[in-house]
Amino acid sequence: MTDLTKLTIAEAREGLKNKDYTSLELTDAFIRNIETANEKLNAYVTVTADKARDMAKASDAKLAKGEGGALEGIPLGIKDLFATKGVHTQACSHILDGFKPAYESTVTSNLWADGAVMLGKLNMDEFAMGSSNETSYYGPVINPWRKKGSNQDLVPGGSSGGSAAAVAARMCMGATATDTGGSIRQPAAFTGTVGIKPTYGRCSRWGVVAFASSLDQAGPIAHTVRDSAIMLKSMASVDAKDTTSVDLPVPDYEAAIGKSVKGLKIGIPAEYRLEGMPADIEALWQKGIDWLKDAGAEIVDIAMPHTKYALPAYYIVAPAEASSNLARYDGVRYGLRVPGKDIVEMYENTRAAGFGEEVKRRILIGTYVLSAGYYDAYYLKAQKVRTLIKRDFDLAWENGVDTILTPATPSAAFGVADQDLHSDPVKMYLNDIFTVTVNMAGLPGISVPAGLDNNGLPLGLQLIGKPFDESTLFQVGQVIEDAAGSFAPEAWWS
Amino acid sequence: MSVDTDTVKRVARLARIKVSEEDATRMTGELNAILGFVEQLDEVDISGVEPLTSVVEQTMKKRADGVTDGNKADDITLNAPASEDHFFMVPKVVE
Repeated sequence: MTDLTKLTIAEAREGLKNKDYTSLELTDAFIRNIETANEKLNAYVTVTADKARDMAKASDAKLAKGEGGALEGIPLGIKDLFATKGVHTQACSHILDGFKPAYESTVTSNLWADGAVMLGKLNMDEFAMGSSNETSYYGPVINPWRKKGSNQDLVPGGSSGGSAAAVAARMCMGATATDTGGSIRQPAAFTGTVGIKPTYGRCSRWGVVAFASSLDQAGPIAHTVRDSAIMLKSMASVDAKDTTSVDLPVPDYEAAIGKSVKGLKIGIPAEYRLEGMPADIEALWQKGIDWLKDAGAEIVDIAMPHTKYALPAYYIVAPAEASSNLARYDGVRYGLRVPGKDIVEMYENTRAAGFGEEVKRRILIGTYVLSAGYYDAYYLKAQKVRTLIKRDFDLAWENGVDTILTPATPSAAFGVADQDLHSDPVKMYLNDIFTVTVNMAGLPGISVPAGLDNNGLPLGLQLIGKPFDESTLFQVGQVIEDAAGSFAPEAWWS
Repeated sequence: MSVDTDTVKRVARLARIKVSEEDATRMTGELNAILGFVEQLDEVDISGVEPLTSVVEQTMKKRADGVTDGNKADDITLNAPASEDHFFMVPKVVE
């Protein structure tokens, strides 16, 4: 029998409909893979095998009657940031110890309503703060990819490192993820998977643990452009519970796949060509340009003069919002409590023990930039720079550009516990240099695997779209996928 | 701008995070690295630029001011480290 875990969501959808196999068989195959791989890769923090089998059986009953939703019987992994009723939801932080919500996030509710099966909760950087999945209270996730001829453990990227690794290692068919500065697209690029951050307001943030509310968006990580389109269609919705959820119908994203890109205008921003960028990344970008040109698209140079200011502005805006959002973890209503001699000391002890170093660093930066006398110099200035960053994009769209092509990351996956990156927090932050502009402007961005570097590690290309024009990203992304092919790591963990 | 160890301790107090002398010294260096990095923004001419308050052009959704949810005291105190009769229990606040 074929290995069911090698199927795409689109293929499994057909197979289940045709009764070639059952959702229970499919689900069991993934549970077996998780049992084999998780000890080495640490992608899941909780596996809900019994619940998964129950959901699969319910799906099989529906499928037998010729019924079922768009994701009926498809086994998925869920990032630990999404509230799942009665199931481990801790944003991979110690401060949420034991938290099991009495409610379900809108995004996961949408997935279950469409028939998806939950395999478990996925590892991530604590509160989604990190680019390597090393800030998790549950330890780092190991990238299924290794350099050719090397046994060194590499990071899967972050913060959705568990989501990306689980997809790449065939521990789920697709996964939910979230992206505040690049947390979907960077891990997707590091693991040879497809990840899309939709436009701000497309997926409801209700029931997603908040990091930086003006930047946070949920999206999928999957094997193919088509699978990510299928998942986003189910995840996205208009939700009265999130005031920033936008009142626009969710289009049929799959309909865009396979459409010609002839005549589309693809913008190439020179500002994304960094000094000292690895030759592999530069060559990959050129390859992407050539593929799209060959497919009939028009390539145009565009100017994005404020690009370099996006990351510094982000490191004011995101920590400021985080310091406010994370004020709720006080040892009173949920999670960890560490006693003190009075209530203030109880708060201080709880937060000192419950938050990891990176989270504390960002809370302190955020508290500082919002404190009396500094607000104008930091936060207000950063929000003004944000206007200029968004204006760069608006000008490109006004000039008829349909989508912008850039590299997804400035490097391939790096080693776990990299000394150089850990000696200076800013060096780690630079991972998001190509992705963070998109969050600052609220735009959709997709990372599509486009090739391997000379060490045999995957690299991704990013497409940036107009607000609510995810369809064009799927359309153009498919052209890149068709030209580049797909990439899978050797299963050294099994 | 840069911060000294006393400022870090003051900010940590505002954020209700206990820091040791050693933590504060280490964090001072880290925070200064980040503040040094964001200083680049001083190069940008922001005169006459409005701050971005929303990335999506949409007027804030409103609804009638009615009760739409409630009677969930069990759910709300479900995860509390200490609760009694639907109250959160905390150390004594008023003498």
